Amino acid sequence: MEGINLDPTGLKEARCWRGFEQGRWTATIELRDFIMRNVTPYAGDESFLVGATQRTRAVWEKLQPYFAEERKKGVLDVDAATPSTVLAHGPGYIDRDNEVIVGLQTDQPFKRAIFPAGGLRMVEAGLKAAGFPADSAVHDAYTKYRKTHNDGVFDAYTPEIMRCRNSGIITGLPDSYGRGRIIGDYRRVALYGTDRLLAAKRKERAQVDEMWPNDEVIRTREELAEQMRALADLAEMGRRYGCDIARPAETAQEAVQWTYLAYLGAIKEANGAAMSIGRISTFLDIYIERDLKEGTLDEAGAQELMDQLVQKLRIVRFLRTPDYDALFSGDPYWATECVGGMDMDGRTLVTRNAYRVLHTLTNLGPAPEPNITVLWSKNLPEAFKRYCIKISRDTSSLQYENDDLMRPYWGDDYGIACCVSAMRLGKQMQFFGARVNLAKALLYAINGGRDEVSGDQIAPPTAPVTADVLSYDEVSEKFDATMEWLARTYVHAMNCIHYMHDKYFYERLEMALHDRDILRTMAFGIAGLSVVADSLSAIRHAKVHVIRDDTGLAVDYRIEGDFPKFGNADSRVDDIAVDLVSRFMAKLRKHPTYRNAVHTQSVLTITSNVVYGKATGNTPDGRRKGEPFAPGANPMHGRDDHGWLASCISVARLPYADAQDGISYTVSVAPSMARRDQEAALDNAVRAFDMYFGQGGFHMNLNVLSKETLEDAMEHPEKYPQLTIRVSGYAVNFVRLTREQQLDVIRRTFHSSY
Amino acid sequence: MLEVEGEGMVKVGSRFDLRTNQAPDAPETEGFEGPKETHGWVHSYETGSTVDGPGVRVMLFMSGCFLRCQYCHNPDTWHLKDGTKIELSHAIRRLRDFAPALRAMGGGLTISGGEPLVQIGFTRGLFSAAKQMGLHTALDTSGFLGQRADDDYMKNVDLVLLDIKSGDPDTYRKVTGFDLAPTLRFAERLNAMNKAVWVRFVLVPGLTDARDNIRRVAEFVAPMKNVQWVEVLPFHQMGAFKWKSLGLDYKLAETPVPTQAQIQAALEIFHAAGCRAR
Repeated sequence: MEGINLDPTGLKEARCWRGFEQGRWTATIELRDFIMRNVTPYAGDESFLVGATQRTRAVWEKLQPYFAEERKKGVLDVDAATPSTVLAHGPGYIDRDNEVIVGLQTDQPFKRAIFPAGGLRMVEAGLKAAGFPADSAVHDAYTKYRKTHNDGVFDAYTPEIMRCRNSGIITGLPDSYGRGRIIGDYRRVALYGTDRLLAAKRKERAQVDEMWPNDEVIRTREELAEQMRALADLAEMGRRYGCDIARPAETAQEAVQWTYLAYLGAIKEANGAAMSIGRISTFLDIYIERDLKEGTLDEAGAQELMDQLVQKLRIVRFLRTPDYDALFSGDPYWATECVGGMDMDGRTLVTRNAYRVLHTLTNLGPAPEPNITVLWSKNLPEAFKRYCIKISRDTSSLQYENDDLMRPYWGDDYGIACCVSAMRLGKQMQFFGARVNLAKALLYAINGGRDEVSGDQIAPPTAPVTADVLSYDEVSEKFDATMEWLARTYVHAMNCIHYMHDKYFYERLEMALHDRDILRTMAFGIAGLSVVADSLSAIRHAKVHVIRDDTGLAVDYRIEGDFPKFGNADSRVDDIAVDLVSRFMAKLRKHPTYRNAVHTQSVLTITSNVVYGKATGNTPDGRRKGEPFAPGANPMHGRDDHGWLASCISVARLPYADAQDGISYTVSVAPSMARRDQEAALDNAVRAFDMYFGQGGFHMNLNVLSKETLEDAMEHPEKYPQLTIRVSGYAVNFVRLTREQQLDVIRRTFHSSY
Repeated sequence: MLEVEGEGMVKVGSRFDLRTNQAPDAPETEGFEGPKETHGWVHSYETGSTVDGPGVRVMLFMSGCFLRCQYCHNPDTWHLKDGTKIELSHAIRRLRDFAPALRAMGGGLTISGGEPLVQIGFTRGLFSAAKQMGLHTALDTSGFLGQRADDDYMKNVDLVLLDIKSGDPDTYRKVTGFDLAPTLRFAERLNAMNKAVWVRFVLVPGLTDARDNIRRVAEFVAPMKNVQWVEVLPFHQMGAFKWKSLGLDYKLAETPVPTQAQIQAALEIFHAAGCRAR
């Protein structure tokens, strides 16, 4: 895109861009070029960091009563009458004199907004659960005059999809609220200002105006028009907060503020399950370094900017329903921020500001949001690796993902949407698709397509297994056919969802912060991988007897003999797990997607492993009906009984090429009881991370916690207001999990760290 | 319920009798089928230890031990045949699964138990295979059967974790039911070979913590240049449940774990003698 000169004398830009090395980024919208030319990699340690300023502490004090009240009461307040948009609510403040970064979702902290365009049912169920009345004008508007995304999807669903949705073999689909997993490149607002971005969009539009109007062209025109409207609204929102974001940011404070306002606009417009912020700390470091050099900012001021930004991210709230909370509790919204990583030339992208982001966990205490993600490379500076692990040890609030594995796919300016979904910033988005219950699919294969809990026929009828002892060949063959059907039904459902989402709940602001022509992926997912792998291993290596009810439905299994279990670096079962991932992926790829999105797949459950398990009958691996699945790609609880190394090796074997939307793995280790000094423990941890990622491991959620601490926190939640733990792909405030989820976390394998 | 006589010893002929009265070099092949080096009896294996040798370790726990230490935290490894019989070739294959990861973490294989030297043929074969995989190897032993480990065996062992359970022979006998002398002889031999050793000493309040008992270990070890570390391991109760579930008479049920001050005091005795202790 060539720049259109709205700043004819170039004076504003010259002032705002002073001291930066010029390049392609000055003429076109190219964030990466700006970063690569201007970043200052930092290989030193954390000794330069400072504590929170007086102002930061004052703002934090103001927020404490809200947090306390929320733990007791849940939802504190909702504006039920005003559907959220960029401009729906006037400016809001926490403590105006002490806030160096401003902006709230509504006009009050902790007052949630509604997003009826996603689905009115979700809004009204959320209000009801929170104890607030629904607004009749909103109800009328979205029943009489405007259709919602949710209504659209249900118009397009087939009876078969409805059956799958109800039986729980396909769940968590974003068919009644925002799909999320789109990351606007919020940095663009800081670097260019909205005027320049609008000009670029106008230029993109002019090109499309010359094309013959087929469906795609008309849709693109309408989308660009919406995007431009959103940018204009964003500029207006900035003005209301006293910020002239039409022009580029001139200082570090403005860069943080502009970036945050862009993000704030996005979360006022969309209530996606996951609303990542991207990869902003390295970008912001460039502004901070400039101000430090010019003497207009000191380290305390720099830390203050990051602390206050993080404070804002910690109080983002969406109105959800009890059903949603059962899947993903603790009010997550995945404001994922990536730190670390390397560039394509082998230079690290670790900056001092990466340290500052991590240091917010010390200054403000542990917390789930933002979801700080370390992009691990074997070439990261040693001091940074050690610092990350120290922060993990002290806060259990970090996740790690393999930059060396992702960089060849996504370059060096990607972010992570939600937990594990990598995408090039401003150049790629995904159609989020939750996941299917693979364990249930296995049971359907055995039962001729009938649901093992209800007995209802869900999949097309096939011949059930009638033998008393399961044969590996027979079950494999039937299961393959069931997966074939499931993949097709799943892609079908996803196409309906995203067609309607684009139509009725288009993310105009997030997409305004993308290029016009982007890569779209369609992100499918599987749950219950280790249950199915172990079940097939039991069928192959032990003797699995079937127990049927009087309708002939297989409802239970009796296992004779032992069998290899996933999570022990045992290729006899690990190969089964690897094959399942690749096999299901191959089946998904057969079916065309909406807007020609590229199929991807994740092995990720977040906390939904509990709900999936609840809906699934006894499985041939000996797992009992209703028992939770292992989260993500984890081995089943307690079955990876040969230590963390064996467990890591098994998980690292799962192929990223066939799970490009990520493979989630959560490890809990007990705090070291060894007397060896902490330095040696850190050395070992760094080596263990290098090994795991070197073996092809994709993701690691690391908790350093004892079972006893968690049990005590269940009994005395008031003692642990900030206790944070990592569960599959995100961090949560432990005391805000449901009781079932708390028990599930405690039941998981804890590896002693020796 | 198990019949137990004096010093925690198991009645002769009972299921738990490991013929403890046999000499250290008595043949260990009783009950084996086939050539002794093709299988072994294994209690379990674990991965991820970072304290049983350098780097990250795979720990293999062999079954079978002659000693009957009062504080033993793995009494389920005493009896050879309580373990699982596995082929040496299978164990080697398994180790190969972990070898790249272990190499990447500067770690290796530690064989513990039980007493690895009870099954000298099996452990010889596995250590040799581990060396061929480029792994660091460690032998965790009481040293009681040290003379079985000939020079050829020791060639494939990089580090010995040598448990010297007491410096005073009477205390040693009380703790283990056996003589201290074979362990000391083994230590001297390792010293003569200049084989790397980490000496381990389990500090049990009221049993091994007498000043003189510790001092004698310290003074014995201090001149040995091959001893890289002396490690004071605080007694813990994590093995108590095993004694209970095996129906064994656990004499230390009431014994407290050592305090930080007691651990420090023991370390100071080692430091005073000139040992590098931790």
